[in-house]
Amino acid sequence: MVTVDRVGGTALVLLALGVAWEAQKLPVGTPHNPGPGFLPLLLAIALGVFGTVVVAFGGNSEPLSSLGWGEGRHAIAILGACAFAAMALERFGYRLTILLILVVLFGVVERKRPLPVAVLSLALSLGSFYLFYNLLRVQLPRGPFGF
Amino acid sequence: MLETLQNLSLGFSVALSPPVLLYAVVGCIIGTLVGVLPGVGPLAGISLLLPATFGLNATTAIVLLAGIYYGAMYGGSTTSILMRIPGEAASVMTCIDGYAMTRKGRAGAALAIAAIGSYIAGTVSVVGLMFLAPPLASFALRFGPPEMFALMLLGLLVLAYMSGGSMAKSLAMAALGLLFGMIGIDPMTGFFRFHYGLVELGDGIGVVPVAVGLFGLSEILLTAGQATPPEVLKPKLRELLPSRQEWRDSVWPIGRGTVLGFLIGIIPGSAHIISSFVSYAVERRLSRHPERFGQGAVEGVAGPESANNSATSGAFVPMLALGVPSGPIPAVMMAAMMIHGISPGPLLITQQPELFWGFIASMYVGNVVLLILNLPMVGVFVNLLRIPYPILYPAILVFCVLGVYAVNGSVVDVWLMAVMGALGYLLRKFDFETAPVVLGLVLAPMLEMSFRQSLAMSSGNYAIFVNRPIAATMLLVGLGLLLLSLRPILTRGMDWRRRLGHEANPGLEEGNP
Repeated sequence: MVTVDRVGGTALVLLALGVAWEAQKLPVGTPHNPGPGFLPLLLAIALGVFGTVVVAFGGNSEPLSSLGWGEGRHAIAILGACAFAAMALERFGYRLTILLILVVLFGVVERKRPLPVAVLSLALSLGSFYLFYNLLRVQLPRGPFGF
Repeated sequence: MLETLQNLSLGFSVALSPPVLLYAVVGCIIGTLVGVLPGVGPLAGISLLLPATFGLNATTAIVLLAGIYYGAMYGGSTTSILMRIPGEAASVMTCIDGYAMTRKGRAGAALAIAAIGSYIAGTVSVVGLMFLAPPLASFALRFGPPEMFALMLLGLLVLAYMSGGSMAKSLAMAALGLLFGMIGIDPMTGFFRFHYGLVELGDGIGVVPVAVGLFGLSEILLTAGQATPPEVLKPKLRELLPSRQEWRDSVWPIGRGTVLGFLIGIIPGSAHIISSFVSYAVERRLSRHPERFGQGAVEGVAGPESANNSATSGAFVPMLALGVPSGPIPAVMMAAMMIHGISPGPLLITQQPELFWGFIASMYVGNVVLLILNLPMVGVFVNLLRIPYPILYPAILVFCVLGVYAVNGSVVDVWLMAVMGALGYLLRKFDFETAPVVLGLVLAPMLEMSFRQSLAMSSGNYAIFVNRPIAATMLLVGLGLLLLSLRPILTRGMDWRRRLGHEANPGLEEGNP
């Protein structure tokens, strides 16, 4: 049966193989004089072993089909917002980027009414900028026209 | 003893003078604010405010910076408990049961226990700092690379053994965290590993984006889209205070966390982080009901919070007594002292008694200030839970992005947070714990360095790990834990975790994710 642990363990084994492949490209050295690739290779082997144990003893865990993905749409939207933040922060500046993210999350994802969306988005983006930039002197990026 | 008390009275005469007292209060307030905001940890806070102390005299400068340091340790628990976002890495363990308590309507109690535990630990550990600084500091100096390697390996094994789920899964997560810690420039050869063209990875992956991603963002991803959003909590005044049972359950964890944190704090490294992990593991192991851990056990808040505050004082022992910083934060503090023309070390106590004892006394004062600041604020902070989740989570997300970006001013960290958030989401879906990943990441550079230094010391002979008594003892304990975890398989008996019903209840949050 395809169970949660078997799938998770298999993913770990595959990851371990990938890491081991990458690690052996580095100078591994010898056990008595380890190089920069030695410990990553050792850890990849350990990860593979633990992954195999998880697969071997994973028969009694929950079936994979029992996992619900109902929150997936929201999760993708939120991850998209994070990716947008990473791409836009230094181009549009902090305030504009955060304002756009909040408008999308409040207005499109959570379907709030326009007035609360506008008030919350403006208050949070400008307020957090003032708190960090002006009071705590944390350097935050400014966008076009110094905004 | 009498001499110490005389010196302490000298210290209080310095610490209670209006300007020093004022700076202690200001430091505590700034520190609490810094701790509450995710990403801006004590190191960033102290570093940012270091130039502001240049115009002050040495005593007020150090008192201000120390106030920021332990204020941040206090404040870091607030977002961990209320939103599952660790204000800094030392608060990671508080997230687990602190947030579970919040979901059960016990946020006020969790915040109060964290504040009181921090106060007790902070105060008691200052007593330890006063009396035990010189002998303990010289003991800590006996920790060479083999002992450090053994200690860190033991820390990982203890955490894995004490975790609620399968040990293989926990160890796999620790290995994953260690692998994350291998990214960046190899400190011994200068070789750039696993960078894939990103020069920003030269210094490795930061703890903050990983911790915020794995804990804070993954929680938002799992919760925001639920068919029934989390209930809006409207705590009543009496619910803000811990119950009699919660007090009883917290007494020993606070005591153990204090001692453990202080002892670990003396050892060089990211002691305050490690101490909270070890304290959580110890409390879980000693508990008569370990199945409650991960579901809102007050011991899971009291122990780690006490430990990380106690470790803060412990970290000052080698700095003040020997002039050896035990981590990045004491290193910055030491730099601040040197800027003011003071060299920390064995002669500091005799040559600058006002500064040394004034600093010690200001720590007592600072702890009282923090308690006075934090306890009334519990009600204010808990009111955040009245905000419906669809409005709260975008705000939390903003602070995650902001906090992570603020650490290095790099969007690579924001990308890392997003990737770690997705990874944390999947790991928790597939029943893996995320705390060992963070511990592995924190320990990886030190573990690798001490491993390779040990081999360099012994010309590649692995016997160095067993020939030195402290290292050998710690490795033996670690081996014992491994064998204990294999016992159920060898005897075909039931694992104690299984007996306690963890596998039968897969819905347990972080305790058995």
